[in-house]
Amino acid sequence: MSVLAYGVVAWLFLIGIYGVVTSRNLIHLVVCLSVAQSATDILLLEIGYRDGGHAPVFVSLPAHPGPAVDAVMQALALTDVVVGAAVTALLLALVVQVHKRAGTLDPDKLRSTRD
Amino acid sequence: MSRRARLILFAVAAVGLAATLGVGLAGLPSFGGQITAYARMLNEAAPRQRHVTDVVSAISFDYRGIDTLFEEFILLAAVTGISVLLRPLSDETRQLPEDKAPARTIPPPSPAVWLLAVFLGSLLALTGLETVTHGQLTPGGGFQGGVVLASAFYVVYLGTNYTTVERYQPNALLEASDGVGASGYVLIGLLGLLAGTAFLSNVVGLGDTGNLISGGTIPLLNLVVGLEVAGGFAILASEFLDQTAVIRTRRR
Repeated sequence: MSVLAYGVVAWLFLIGIYGVVTSRNLIHLVVCLSVAQSATDILLLEIGYRDGGHAPVFVSLPAHPGPAVDAVMQALALTDVVVGAAVTALLLALVVQVHKRAGTLDPDKLRSTRD
Repeated sequence: MSRRARLILFAVAAVGLAATLGVGLAGLPSFGGQITAYARMLNEAAPRQRHVTDVVSAISFDYRGIDTLFEEFILLAAVTGISVLLRPLSDETRQLPEDKAPARTIPPPSPAVWLLAVFLGSLLALTGLETVTHGQLTPGGGFQGGVVLASAFYVVYLGTNYTTVERYQPNALLEASDGVGASGYVLIGLLGLLAGTAFLSNVVGLGDTGNLISGGTIPLLNLVVGLEVAGGFAILASEFLDQTAVIRTRRR
């Protein structure tokens, strides 16, 4: 079970980086970076998971007996999501300006349009 | 570098990366086993010490409150950066598109679209406020609720048009909300210093566990973060919208 759970993290990260390396469109590249970044979210949540655990929210406890999962990892995942959104938005703003200046979104063609 | 050379370089690097990742991940505790002693302690202590039921909020805004302060500043810096990047450049101007056929009347949005916008907009605003204010009780908080609130602004644009949105969501107000939210976090942190303890100490009355007013500074911090995130994400949308709606190359 551990192999599958942590394998997903490694696979997502590598496939995201592969997308970044082979991308032919800057918007696609930004999305690939988000895919690679989502691997870290999943890793954090998996480290904090506990078999049969419930969310670390202690409301109406009798209905949800059993252990709670790691709340620290969930707080860190929240930070990760917020930083990821900030980075994506900033990169997309850069892409808008690149398209205006260079007239293309293909990273390979950017070189030939340089003055 | 040609595509082929780049792919070969990536393949070599990826094998190395996969190997190190594998070794690193293999050293982690087995999936679904025990959680750390720190987490067990916080799960047990937070409801008692801070009178909250959502431990994630207690960690984000109290035990690790300084992390969230910097997280908020990262968001503020990103929004500022985007505003700078997407400003009208030296060869651009900011003006509404000319109407080439002024005699033609523009049909209003269909009643169905308008009704959906009113329905969705109010529902999103309500859900956003609920998520922001109940952060100490149920999953949610300032970041999540702020994004939901900002999406209520987007729905107003979908249901009306650019000029209406500009009139009812002035940029100055959104920027003020972003700044007040970010500085409010610092000010609430300073309350701790005023009370003679550490920065960001939870010095406000804790209230009863499970009530809306409980958790001391946690709901207050959630409110200012909600203000900042809602303002910030609304600015983001309006900056990107301006690029297509009003910012165009200056005619020579």
